Amino acid sequence: MSKGYHSQKTLALLLAIGLLVFATACGPKKHPGGVLPPAPTGGGSSTGGGDRPVIASFTVEPTSIEVGQSVTLRWSVSNATDVTIDQGVGAVQSQGSRQLSPRRSATYTLTANGPGGSDTRSVNVTVSNPPPPPLTGTPDSGSPTLSGAEILQRQAHDAYFDYDKNDIRSDARDALTHDADLLRQIFAQDPNFVVIIEGHCDERGSGEYNLALGDRRANAAHDFLVQLGIPAARLKTISYGKERPQCTDATEECWQKNRRAHLAAGQ
Amino acid sequence: MKHTLIILALVFVAAIPILLRAQTTKIVIEDKPRKAIAIPDFRGTGAAQQQMGVFNETLYKELSASGQLKMLPKTTFPLIVPQQPSDFRDHPAGQNVGLALKDWSGPPVNADDLAFGYAADRDNQIVLFGWLFDVTQPAVSSAQLLGKIYVGTLDAAGARKVAQEFAADILKLFGAVSLAGTKIYFVSDRTGHKEIWSMDYDGGNQAQFTHYNSITLFPALSADNSKIAFTTFSSGVPQIFLHSLATGRKLPYYNQQASVNSASDFTPDSQNLLFYSTTATPGYTQIYETDISGGHLRRISQAPRSIEVEAKANPKTGSELIFVSDRGGLPQLYRMNIDGTDVQRLTNGEGEAVNPSWSPDGQHIAFAWTRGYAPGSYNIFIMDVSSRDYIQLTSGEGRNENPNWAPDGVHIVYSSKRGRSSQIWTMRADGSDKRPLTTAGSNQNPVWSKASQ
Repeated sequence: MSKGYHSQKTLALLLAIGLLVFATACGPKKHPGGVLPPAPTGGGSSTGGGDRPVIASFTVEPTSIEVGQSVTLRWSVSNATDVTIDQGVGAVQSQGSRQLSPRRSATYTLTANGPGGSDTRSVNVTVSNPPPPPLTGTPDSGSPTLSGAEILQRQAHDAYFDYDKNDIRSDARDALTHDADLLRQIFAQDPNFVVIIEGHCDERGSGEYNLALGDRRANAAHDFLVQLGIPAARLKTISYGKERPQCTDATEECWQKNRRAHLAAGQ
Repeated sequence: MKHTLIILALVFVAAIPILLRAQTTKIVIEDKPRKAIAIPDFRGTGAAQQQMGVFNETLYKELSASGQLKMLPKTTFPLIVPQQPSDFRDHPAGQNVGLALKDWSGPPVNADDLAFGYAADRDNQIVLFGWLFDVTQPAVSSAQLLGKIYVGTLDAAGARKVAQEFAADILKLFGAVSLAGTKIYFVSDRTGHKEIWSMDYDGGNQAQFTHYNSITLFPALSADNSKIAFTTFSSGVPQIFLHSLATGRKLPYYNQQASVNSASDFTPDSQNLLFYSTTATPGYTQIYETDISGGHLRRISQAPRSIEVEAKANPKTGSELIFVSDRGGLPQLYRMNIDGTDVQRLTNGEGEAVNPSWSPDGQHIAFAWTRGYAPGSYNIFIMDVSSRDYIQLTSGEGRNENPNWAPDGVHIVYSSKRGRSSQIWTMRADGSDKRPLTTAGSNQNPVWSKASQ
């Protein structure tokens, strides 16, 4: 089995070498040295008695640029009485160069007129726009960049507490886990960002006691975030007691809104 | 000086109209019979007469506000009013004209005492001659309780001053402390920010004291009337600030490194400050003491997994504190020695008990309690600290908290929220005679200054 396989492979290799040799031998013949044949003289196309203008060369370097970069046109013409280049360049000497900064892709045509007739040749320049800077912000949303403070303000979730308690409930756990993700994103963007964790209370306790209770809630949220790997050095706490309520109705719905830990940008 | 104070205090304790009975769970209040006083209008000679309206109004108000006297209606007074002791006759010619003691002690006036006198103008000053007579005496020669000369500037302020001084002397005779010249400091949001304000004890002359444009709370006054401490967010987290009451200026005070520092009280010698702080126990405030510049820190409470706030020193002994702790669950009142030993719960564990304030005699505390009500529905109670009997002073009148005892031991200032805003009220310590003092904005945390000397 293996022996037969080897023989087939050897055969194929030999065949390939043979084809390559054949292809090289049968390629189109090139002019030796690339020299052009001399131009015919006294041809019927000539109308005047002088020699016909000859554009020896007309080049552009480079042929493709970005907006703001420049190109150099070079030309060499003989037997011409006047030489012009379009696209606003105008009349030029029979030999020369010109630096240009085209804003968009263009074709430059050189026209050489002489007693013996005229000749034209064209070159193309491709102009492309530079690419925009790399995208920033969230890779998936592609939205414009938000500051850490804005991200917290728009996207952070408050952690809510029971009356006179600082235990992290399951809904507060979800909120703070969400917030921890936001904080990691913010810290990646702004290594100096500091977060203030505010502790708040509803209106029912005394002002003095609530100042302490708010501090306890801010600390409970702080400790939970640290457990989730948020560096403690980036977190500060402040208790507002019951001094900055979200709402002021005497209902459980309102009281619950006020029993919270809230994240805000620090100084 | 010290001896005088102690003697006055003993007299005062004997005279307190609230008797606390220990045999039941309730304190029964018995009103001691109050002296009936007749205060006819005083008249003045020359330019002094123009100030007598202010004088008479102030004298009546000061004596009435004390709650110590039964004020008799002027409509029953005799036609002729004596203006000096020599006007009295032991045996007057006419009947019931006003120049005999019995014209005042008998019907229809039925007075125990008569205040009388007159004012004269001398060298651009008002000179008041004031007397108090016990008209129940059989003879004029034994009737005089008080006779004194008072001098003030010849204007409304001078008339008010001499009236207050005369009233204070009368009240002192009855073992009462005059409230004249005392002030109430409180928190008001009427500027849009909570600031400390002050006013006279009857609600007059309301004036802004702090201008921090922040959240400023919990004023406390030193017993020597020289300093006020409070808690403000003006530097970020809540911190203790001290100001001079005389100049209004901020005084240096070093705050501990902590997320919460909040002052509650001065010690009775005005040399130290009691406060609560998270400095050693993040999330759990504990009771501390420093001197009035923030030095010599001393931790008093030792319950590191509890919230402890609002320590108030016994104004008589200085060796005992009342404070609020949640060490047993919901906040309750506790007592301990100034060194943190011998902690005992005072309230019975029901509801939430907060805002303790000592009576000047160091026997009772006023406080706010939700006992029997939903959380947040506070009413004012007073408790006899030794027997732990208590009585309720407010009910069915909104949310009542922040009681603070007046220096006369008879009145209590407190905040009452009836509707959307809280206002400052005063009442007698038996729950009677409730009067609102404020109307603008929302007002809270009143503290009554000590009697001016």
